[in-house]
Amino acid sequence: MTNHWIDLKNADVILVMGSNPASNHPISMKWIMRAREKGAKLVCVDPRFTQTAAKADLYAPLRSGTDIAFLGGMINYILEKDLYFKEYVVNYTNAAFLVNPDYKGPADLDGLFSGFNAEKKNYDKKSWSFQLEESGVAMKDPTLQDPNCVFQLLKKHYSRYTVEKVVDITGTPEDKLLAVYEIFGSTGKPDRVGTECYAMGWTQHTVGTQNIRAMTIIQVLLGNMGMAGGGINAMRGEANVQGSTDYGLLFHILPGYNPTPVASQPDLATYIDKNTPKTKEPRSVNWWSNRNKYITSYLKAIYGEAATKDNDFGYSWLPKIDVGQNASWLMIFDKMFKGDFEGFFAWGQNPACSGANSNKTRQAMTKLKWLVNVNLFDNETGSFWRGPGMNPKDIQTEVFMLPCCSSMEKQGSIANSGRMAQWRYKAVDPIGQSMPDAEIINELYFKVKELYKKEGGAYPDPIVNLSWEYGDCDAAGKVKHLDIPTVAKEINGTFLEDVYDKTATPPKLIGKKGDLVTSFPSLQADGSTSCGNWIYCNSYILKDGKEVNMMARRGKDDPTGLGLYPGWAWAWPVNRRIIYNRASVDPQGQPWDPKRPILKWDAEKKAWAGDVPDGPAPPMGTDGKFPFIMKPDGVASIFGPGLVEGPFPEHYEALECPVEVNAMSKQRINPTIKIFGDKMDAFFSCDARYPFVGTTYRVSEHWQTGCMTRHCSWLLEMQPQNFVELSFELAKDLKLSNGETVIVSSGRGEVKAVALVSERFKPFKISNTTVHQVGLPWHFGWQFPEDGSGYDSANLLTPNVGDANTMIPESKAFMVNVRKA
Amino acid sequence: MANDNSTNRKAILVTPEACIGCRACQVACKSWNQLPSISTKNNGTYQNPPDLASAAFNIIQYNEVPSQENPVRWLFVSRRCMHCEEAGCMTICPSGALYRTAEGAVAYDRDKCIGCKLCVTACPFDVPRYDADNKVTKCHLCTDRIVAGMLPACVKTCPTSALKFGDRDELISNAKKEGYTTIYGEKDLSGLGSIYAFKEEPKLYGMKENPAIPSSVVFWHTYLKPLSLIGLGGVVAAAAIHYLAIGPHKEKEEV
Repeated sequence: MTNHWIDLKNADVILVMGSNPASNHPISMKWIMRAREKGAKLVCVDPRFTQTAAKADLYAPLRSGTDIAFLGGMINYILEKDLYFKEYVVNYTNAAFLVNPDYKGPADLDGLFSGFNAEKKNYDKKSWSFQLEESGVAMKDPTLQDPNCVFQLLKKHYSRYTVEKVVDITGTPEDKLLAVYEIFGSTGKPDRVGTECYAMGWTQHTVGTQNIRAMTIIQVLLGNMGMAGGGINAMRGEANVQGSTDYGLLFHILPGYNPTPVASQPDLATYIDKNTPKTKEPRSVNWWSNRNKYITSYLKAIYGEAATKDNDFGYSWLPKIDVGQNASWLMIFDKMFKGDFEGFFAWGQNPACSGANSNKTRQAMTKLKWLVNVNLFDNETGSFWRGPGMNPKDIQTEVFMLPCCSSMEKQGSIANSGRMAQWRYKAVDPIGQSMPDAEIINELYFKVKELYKKEGGAYPDPIVNLSWEYGDCDAAGKVKHLDIPTVAKEINGTFLEDVYDKTATPPKLIGKKGDLVTSFPSLQADGSTSCGNWIYCNSYILKDGKEVNMMARRGKDDPTGLGLYPGWAWAWPVNRRIIYNRASVDPQGQPWDPKRPILKWDAEKKAWAGDVPDGPAPPMGTDGKFPFIMKPDGVASIFGPGLVEGPFPEHYEALECPVEVNAMSKQRINPTIKIFGDKMDAFFSCDARYPFVGTTYRVSEHWQTGCMTRHCSWLLEMQPQNFVELSFELAKDLKLSNGETVIVSSGRGEVKAVALVSERFKPFKISNTTVHQVGLPWHFGWQFPEDGSGYDSANLLTPNVGDANTMIPESKAFMVNVRKA
Repeated sequence: MANDNSTNRKAILVTPEACIGCRACQVACKSWNQLPSISTKNNGTYQNPPDLASAAFNIIQYNEVPSQENPVRWLFVSRRCMHCEEAGCMTICPSGALYRTAEGAVAYDRDKCIGCKLCVTACPFDVPRYDADNKVTKCHLCTDRIVAGMLPACVKTCPTSALKFGDRDELISNAKKEGYTTIYGEKDLSGLGSIYAFKEEPKLYGMKENPAIPSSVVFWHTYLKPLSLIGLGGVVAAAAIHYLAIGPHKEKEEV
């Protein structure tokens, strides 16, 4: 979230598209309903009439997988009707930047951008660049008239997204489409703010990242980014999933969003050079220019005294990925399926039900020598060898179960969608032999280290050199129990020697050796500071000589009245509650919307009041800095060359789709996606065997694969069985009645489900044909309830094809059949 | 019992318009009251358990009604004991198991319940259920919580204030101020303790129109119960009343 949960109450318009907060994020609805009480409009766009739709002022259906068409049409509408916020667009975005004249877009190249390599299925992005002044700064046309300026190219690109074409693709009734455009377009005025809430309904597509890009373009055109009640808000699917990405749980990042080193970056200097964006724009803060400080302090945190200037602070010990390697979920299970792995830790997850194309995932695990299942309960993963279609005699995988304890049985922090890290205390002791994850890791670490020490091994250095000072040691040197606050302090960072600001005369002491670092501007690149995760620097500070866990704060004051509650817990970065908040003020630093002043520049005192500003520099109109401090140019990217499939989002159909042709161009699917080739990776478009669009979702009563919630009989009572929702029209065609058990099948598998026939699903009119859509939750699994009455996972149906940037699977738009059981 | 301190009467105000159907109230109720789980099937609806049960003191009803604007209207209505001022169950209960609390709730004393099920037939809202020990169970407005100054469990957990608890008169006047033109239960049965705020016709939400205690219940309560209790043991008396007032016992099937 750029903003935070409570901030939803400040919006005038809330667009819910790609999520269903009423069911999946009920607490967010508390704030959405508060906004409505004050007159805000809730707009819900979804293939089905959801619980959120039931509360909405305006509901518009769309066929799964057509969000870019819908949003592209909105961009076109905003530009045609002149609804954009001009001052914001000219000053705070790259709309005025002049693009390389060699750049061509889908309007010129029938669905492709310039630089496409058909063989490699990727783009040479050379032409996706800006024309530069001699100084190296991008050339600009503040009148936005130059035909090569971003604004004009945007116009050209989206003028193709006419209402007629969008309706033809999405199946949205025209009056509903226009009503959504009108109401959201109304937030382009300085004193009107709109927000957007999305979740997996946007990400789990082959064009997932571009779905979100399309919305960010709308939000900056309307001047909604950085504003109270604005922003673009990813509603995270788990209480701490924000924390998991913050701490580098994904393959491509280390903690604090530092990229994972690549094999072609053999030393720290090369790593820093390759990963530090450069700018010639003197008024851009370009915050990532601090990369060297963050990576060096990280290395000092994990390798401690073993990390020295002479050994590149242990950089060579960090694991490297191969050049161009993608090591995401689908790739891992593809490799596992091909027998490339010996062992697998399934830690706090249930791949046998959560992974797209679960049959392949389940088969992949049969190729393992060993599998360690760390979970609260045994699940379909730990028991895969005795699951449906498996013959235990044929499976050699040795499975170990390590029972871990629940979040109530340990202390630590969680970071919610609003980037707020909250400390939680242990409520009860763990049951039986179960242990906190950290203790399991501690046990493992010392065993592995011992083996490396005893037997050598291929490369012991990364393990034996780890700093592990988390508590008292036993006689053998093993940490007896991990002290969690000590871990939190390591994450925050420490001054390893007296650190001075050498630009001051005489040099001024910034921090004393041994003290906690106050915030990340104090971090150094010379090894004199350590910090496990720079964005969490300031979460555990020294105040009046005492160490204070900022995440444990419970202050209830709301000085701005906008729900920032700056004394409640702590949000990264440096307790900033709304990021890009410098864009909420005009170039003179005065709030665009005086009713919702998130920040205000006091010219006399030369200081900001309100939220923690995105950097202390004065506003850009007073010789200060540009507002988007994380961007090299200092402005928001309407033209964004960072993604693999193009600088502007373009509509492509899902890999499995019900239409022969993409109505936008002759390029039917995203040209840059990776398609796996095994027969288990089958997909079928426009195939009579799988005529209906399928999608998956969650319900309030269950969580993820249901491993925790299916074991809670109170929850199972409310949602006991897998179901498939479909329209009366389709039920009539298939002669199905409500409540009867059916079989839903795709090219990859099939699953039983109870048919829920209702008006909540309606057929779509797409290019003069009728397209039916059905939907299933993915919470169920064969292993529990033990009688199999819950049926199995909807991920047996979903395709293992991913977004071209992130490889998140396309679980929200695929093709299925439904038949009587 | 006539409510002597009506100004102190507490109530739950249900605002279906604000309900998002998340059913946290159903779980919170089961958790606080430590109710056993019910083995259910999906019957082609989100609504589950399908009806109130001895282990389900409240449920969300999912009603679908036609709409001009949208494919359908999907209405979520929290249902539970209405805590009637004129409570048929209390009227007919021969053993005094059902009683009025100081806060105005209709609560029950398991030890006094003789399992006669008269309350079942006397309730205009089909609320009382019997547990495995043949004792009456139902929502008791979390009497044990409210005497300790806490909110009822369902109210405490409701994220959108679709359930509110407080002084009954105050809840009603606030709801009216917020534009809710119809307060279901404001006057019915001399005033319900579970009241509903609507801007539309309550019957759209499936609310029972003109709820009333069966006249036979009133009759037998007034004339027969005192006599029978003098002459007979409670169970026998209750059976007699039941037969005369309602007819032979029919077992209600639980889900």
